[in-house]
Amino acid sequence: MLKCEQFNKICAALDKCEHYQKFKVYKDKVLALGNDSLEKTIAIAVALCLVCAVLVSFSAVALKPLQVNNKELDMKKNILDVAGLLEEGGNIDAVFKDRIEAKIVNLETGDYVEDMNPAEYDQRKAAKDPALSVVIPKEKDIAHIRVKAKYAKVFLVKDAGAIKSIILPINGYGLWSTLYGFLSLDADGQTVQSINFYDQAETPGLGGEVVNPNWRALWKGKKVYAESDQPSLEKGLIEEAEMGEPALSLVKGVVDNSKPGSQYQVDGLAGASLTSTGVTNLVRYWTSKEGFAKYLAKVRTVRGSGS
Amino acid sequence: MNEILNDETKKVLIEPLVDNNPITLQVLGICSALAVTSQMSTSLIMALALTLVTAFSSAAISAIRNHIPGSIRIIVQMTIIASLVIVVDQILKAFAYEISKQLSVFVGLIITNCIVMGRAEGYAMKNPPLASFMDGIGNGLGYSLILITVSFIRELLGSGKLLGIEVFTLSKDGGWYDPNGLMLLPPSAFFIIGLIIWGVRQWKPKQAEAADFKIMALSHGEGGHH
Repeated sequence: MLKCEQFNKICAALDKCEHYQKFKVYKDKVLALGNDSLEKTIAIAVALCLVCAVLVSFSAVALKPLQVNNKELDMKKNILDVAGLLEEGGNIDAVFKDRIEAKIVNLETGDYVEDMNPAEYDQRKAAKDPALSVVIPKEKDIAHIRVKAKYAKVFLVKDAGAIKSIILPINGYGLWSTLYGFLSLDADGQTVQSINFYDQAETPGLGGEVVNPNWRALWKGKKVYAESDQPSLEKGLIEEAEMGEPALSLVKGVVDNSKPGSQYQVDGLAGASLTSTGVTNLVRYWTSKEGFAKYLAKVRTVRGSGS
Repeated sequence: MNEILNDETKKVLIEPLVDNNPITLQVLGICSALAVTSQMSTSLIMALALTLVTAFSSAAISAIRNHIPGSIRIIVQMTIIASLVIVVDQILKAFAYEISKQLSVFVGLIITNCIVMGRAEGYAMKNPPLASFMDGIGNGLGYSLILITVSFIRELLGSGKLLGIEVFTLSKDGGWYDPNGLMLLPPSAFFIIGLIIWGVRQWKPKQAEAADFKIMALSHGEGGHH
């Protein structure tokens, strides 16, 4: 009822407006014209565009906050998932705020960048911005991503002040699509905790199985870097900071965990050799010196001197 | 008058289901039927989105049909359809984020879905808005029927699930069912749709088209014996 009254009021106000009256006269004139006249064609086209533009922009603007929220929540969910903190029905925002700290890392030096706000930095956007990205030389571009952002956004999982795990953003080309995901490492920067891919368009059921929880569980405890001599590391004979080349890879078939070297191997995806190769390459790329190797070495040094 | 309207409404609602199905008889909208049918959840949302877009665009086009200049007819239709599709895409992104991520570009591609254009051009330009709306719903349902059938077969045989719920336990999880990988790839939808068309035309021989060419019988000896 109230709405009706308001509507009538608006109509009355419009009736008084001179321009509206002119518009009405013009509208009647145009509508009476033949459908194929030039004036009517142009008038109809303009009017239709206006109406459609209003409809589209209204929906885009009105729904924007919800969409941005969805995207952020989805990203946080993925990070909590790879950190092993995702609980069914838990409050994602609260857990994220409590346990996770975002940091910006300069990939060239491996140092933290303190004068940038991690909350505002979007690594995927930065990779497309020439000022914030570097072109990767072809021979080094094993992940086939062509450009990378100069700064990476990593996430630290804290437990009572100490770093529990390090979550690294990774991406690379599979068979059909660029896979975007996170690799979560223990605080030693060597042992894998988990991996997940939040954006990929590989073949469902084959390469798309990169999101299968059963397959992802196989990554736990695997080692990223080759250790020249496993026992000597345990005895403290070699520096923790000195790690070999990235060695982790996906292999055909099922990995026999009792064999030597199996700590660097994960089962390949059945029926998806190219996606498996892509995953191997992107993990190796991002853990190499092109990626996070320098940063991880520094993390280990700090940790070694601290303990 | 009322009687006639009801009959017409019934006709435009029921006929596209089997007798004049947009996919099996008109063979329109095949591309999206291939792309989104590997899972039932995406098919259901796609079917819903397409039905709504067809219905509302037909109604809108029909409402202004007497004032659409012939020279920009198609552009006018496309503008209305495209606007509605963008609105649907925005709504999905706001309220069904997971599904919209899976459907990705295919929601946007409703714009190019021939069913929507076909109904605008073939029905809405000549009929009143309400009937056009119903015609859009009817054709959308016809499309939905095929989409859901195809995705039912593909998801069940391809991943042993229905709507994401396990039906057959897969052999890799210790069950008995060895999934058919082909069912997860788009070409399998071609085979399934082909079989459905064949089945429908066996059931209703009227739908079968007359052959354009007749293969001539080979004269003696030309075929050869190998």
